[in-house]
Amino acid sequence: MDVCPSLTAQDFKSGVKPIWCPGCGDYSVLTALTKAFAELNQPRESFALISGIGCSSRLPAYTSVYGLHGLHGRALAVATGVKLARPDLTVIAAGGDGDGLSIGGNHFLHACRRNVDLTYILMDNQVYGMTKGQASPTTDPDWRDSKLTPEGTGISPVAPLHLALASGVSFFARGFAGNPNELARLIVAAVRHPGFAIVHVLSPCVTFRPEQREWKNAVHQTDAEPSDTPEHALARFATDDGFTTGILFADNRPAFMPPRHERMSPAAIARRFGTGA
Amino acid sequence: MDVEVLDLPAPAVAVPGATGSVSVALVGSGGAGSMRAGEILLEAAAEAGLFGLMTRAMGPQIRGGEAAALLRIATTPVSSPDDHLDLLVALDWSNFVSFAAEIPLGPDSLVLADPAEGDAPGAVRASGARLLALPLKQLLRTVPGGHGNMIGLGAAATLIGLDAAVILRVLRHQLGRKGEAVLAANAASLSLGAEAMAAEPPLCRLATSDGAARWTISGNQATGLGALQAGVRFVAAYPITPATEVLEWLAPALAETGGVLVQAEDELAAINMTIGASFAGTPSLTATSGPGLALMVEALGLAVASEMPLVVVDVMRGGPSTGIPTKSEQTDLNIAVYGLHGDAPHLVLAPNSIADCLFTTHWAVTLAEQLQTPALVLSDQALGQSRAVIAPPAPLPQAAARLTAAPQEGGYLRYALTESGVSPMAIPGTPGGAYVADGLEHSERGTPSAQAAAHHAQLDKRAHKLALHDFAPHWADIEGEGEIGLLTWGSVTGAAREAAARARARGIRVRLISLRLLLPAQPSHMAAALAGLRGVLVVEQSHGRQFHKYLRSHYDLPPAVSVLSRPGPLPIRPAEILDQLLAWE
Ligand SMILES: Cc1ncc(C[n+]2csc(CCOP(=O)(O)OP(=O)(O)O)c2C)c(N)n1
Ligand code: SF4
Ligand SMILES: [Mg+2]
Repeated sequence: MDVCPSLTAQDFKSGVKPIWCPGCGDYSVLTALTKAFAELNQPRESFALISGIGCSSRLPAYTSVYGLHGLHGRALAVATGVKLARPDLTVIAAGGDGDGLSIGGNHFLHACRRNVDLTYILMDNQVYGMTKGQASPTTDPDWRDSKLTPEGTGISPVAPLHLALASGVSFFARGFAGNPNELARLIVAAVRHPGFAIVHVLSPCVTFRPEQREWKNAVHQTDAEPSDTPEHALARFATDDGFTTGILFADNRPAFMPPRHERMSPAAIARRFGTGA
Repeated sequence: MDVEVLDLPAPAVAVPGATGSVSVALVGSGGAGSMRAGEILLEAAAEAGLFGLMTRAMGPQIRGGEAAALLRIATTPVSSPDDHLDLLVALDWSNFVSFAAEIPLGPDSLVLADPAEGDAPGAVRASGARLLALPLKQLLRTVPGGHGNMIGLGAAATLIGLDAAVILRVLRHQLGRKGEAVLAANAASLSLGAEAMAAEPPLCRLATSDGAARWTISGNQATGLGALQAGVRFVAAYPITPATEVLEWLAPALAETGGVLVQAEDELAAINMTIGASFAGTPSLTATSGPGLALMVEALGLAVASEMPLVVVDVMRGGPSTGIPTKSEQTDLNIAVYGLHGDAPHLVLAPNSIADCLFTTHWAVTLAEQLQTPALVLSDQALGQSRAVIAPPAPLPQAAARLTAAPQEGGYLRYALTESGVSPMAIPGTPGGAYVADGLEHSERGTPSAQAAAHHAQLDKRAHKLALHDFAPHWADIEGEGEIGLLTWGSVTGAAREAAARARARGIRVRLISLRLLLPAQPSHMAAALAGLRGVLVVEQSHGRQFHKYLRSHYDLPPAVSVLSRPGPLPIRPAEILDQLLAWE
């Protein structure tokens, strides 16, 4: 792969028209991501963008990098396979709160533990947008606007930050779709972090959670240094309101990559089955 | 149409001595070392230039359970366990009843057991087998550090006329590192067993050919090796009986050949990881059994739609649900062929012997890569966890490489409609080739499309690439001529092969057709294979007769069809098949 003359954010867009509703936070995530690609200054073909299913998971088709739009919940598993097979690629997974924390919750937990050098953009709108407005694992228990749970879910939401810290994540940043410049910086930092790095994006669903338009008044940037131990981070964010943006946690654990040796041929291995071997 | 469906009771015991082989079982509780003794005996057969097969019967315990090593040793390649045992060596009788049904004894069998272990179980006495005392406990007192299983092995080797020196050679090879004292105690135990049988006339004397090259390999190892030799360099693993050994064998083998094996958190992750690795350009595989395959089915559909080469090996066990994890059955055929939602053409293959696990897995990888679609390989416990002594396999053909796209100047169409239906696949890193692999229906470029024309065109493309490929000659093994056909698949082929050979020896002409490729179906090849047959006997190990129904839905069968089917875990024996053939004559 040659290093090519600097590409702009625009060069990283595919030109395919998104299916998103006007005003959806995901447009800004696309903008921030393409800015981050440009900032990283790598050729297009060095990136792989892997997603699951949901409004947010439509992201790859709108970029000009290699992508895989797979199954609901399985983005992290696919991304892990890509990275382990091809450590030279920069691998980014993206998807929604339902995709990543509900149907894909097990992969979230194990991706944190496994600490493969991946970036995961978790686009959280506290709802299943694509299936037209059901509660997700991050939805508050008293949200009553879903036909499926008209009395509210009555169950407490998960906090992605706490879940990730408890599972052994190596980097955690939070951004807001309404601030794509900060978000682009966070994505770049996450990609540069060697290990499993989550960028939790508050990305409003204007259609099924119109009240999320108010998030712009709730978010607040932190200027504190990132915590570097889970204990510190858990204590610091024990009462976090969920709207603190910035890099909240980063450790310097080595990323997981199984060793590769190439000292035998398959034919030599086959000979071990022979008599006297 | 004359369809006669035969439900068979437990296997009949046939006339001994019908073939030039000897069958020996070693049984005992977990700690007794019957498996170990069986493995040494099999290895000794290989050293002596003989052929062999060792299957196992296990209790459900994880460790310390009872186990039986069932061996058949012969001067010619062994395709199946025999109908009966010539010799049973009982190291003890603990829990023998839990697998007694899988130990075929008859009046011509000889049973060695320690009288100190008490009376032989009722099933053994009822068989009419001749009982002979082998006072293991008493003999053990005479060798410090001795082993009962080695005494049993020494006795068995003497009775089947296998030279003690060969067994000692194997022992030296395997135990050499443990030092002379250990070796001496084992050797002394062997001699005690041999001496105890000195007065007994040997059951047989097999013509050995020392120095003839042999391989000793299990089906699961052969599967792993086939994958490795076909270029698989990424495996995602979630353990499940009886497939785990495929993965355990591949872990160090991949590490030594520049590949990677990763233990996944579940089968959903395992197959999606293989999809990711394949997208990244690496031939990829995962292995599982029925419960895991059920979890992988959604992702197989993604691999079909996104045209991602990959291989899933299913080492079948008794089902449904958790079923009988340690025992064989051919009942994942339906899910393999029909389990995917939507119109999802894919490949389903099945090895029909332990040696064939090597070839068929290699072929599956080759086809998946060539045709850019998932391939399922239906092995089973009877193949996977059995070991065979075979002639060194013929060199494998050169594995076909995936059709990849060169760097592009723009306008790359990942899902271009080509004549063959296969379109060049850009591997990440290829300039100008960026596209999105998608499970959503898509245009030629790969962008999502819900339009009728795009759907139809891509459905045609994915069907055509399989329909246009020539799967001859490997789609089936077709052996022999005659008016009667034996139609079978997978591990049951072994018994069918032997039954056909015995039938031919009696002057009955039989054509064996064993399907290696189950999907896509091959109607024109099958029509040619069936030409001239008056009737076929379908043989399968399934309660629901899945194979028979599969045949009915894909092929025109001759007017007379009979089905010999039985669920696992009891194997179908050659004599049962032969009886059916004789009844037809
Ligand atoms: C196996 C499976 N189950 C259910 C669905 C239906 N489905 C599609 S997207 C989705 C939820 C998406 O929610 P989220 O991941 O939060 O993404 P959003 O649309 O909010 O961006 C569901 C349930 C599916 N595609 N696949
Ligand atoms: S439904 Fe919500 S999440 Fe989906 S595109 Fe519309 S606004 Fe965005
Ligand atoms: Mg959502």
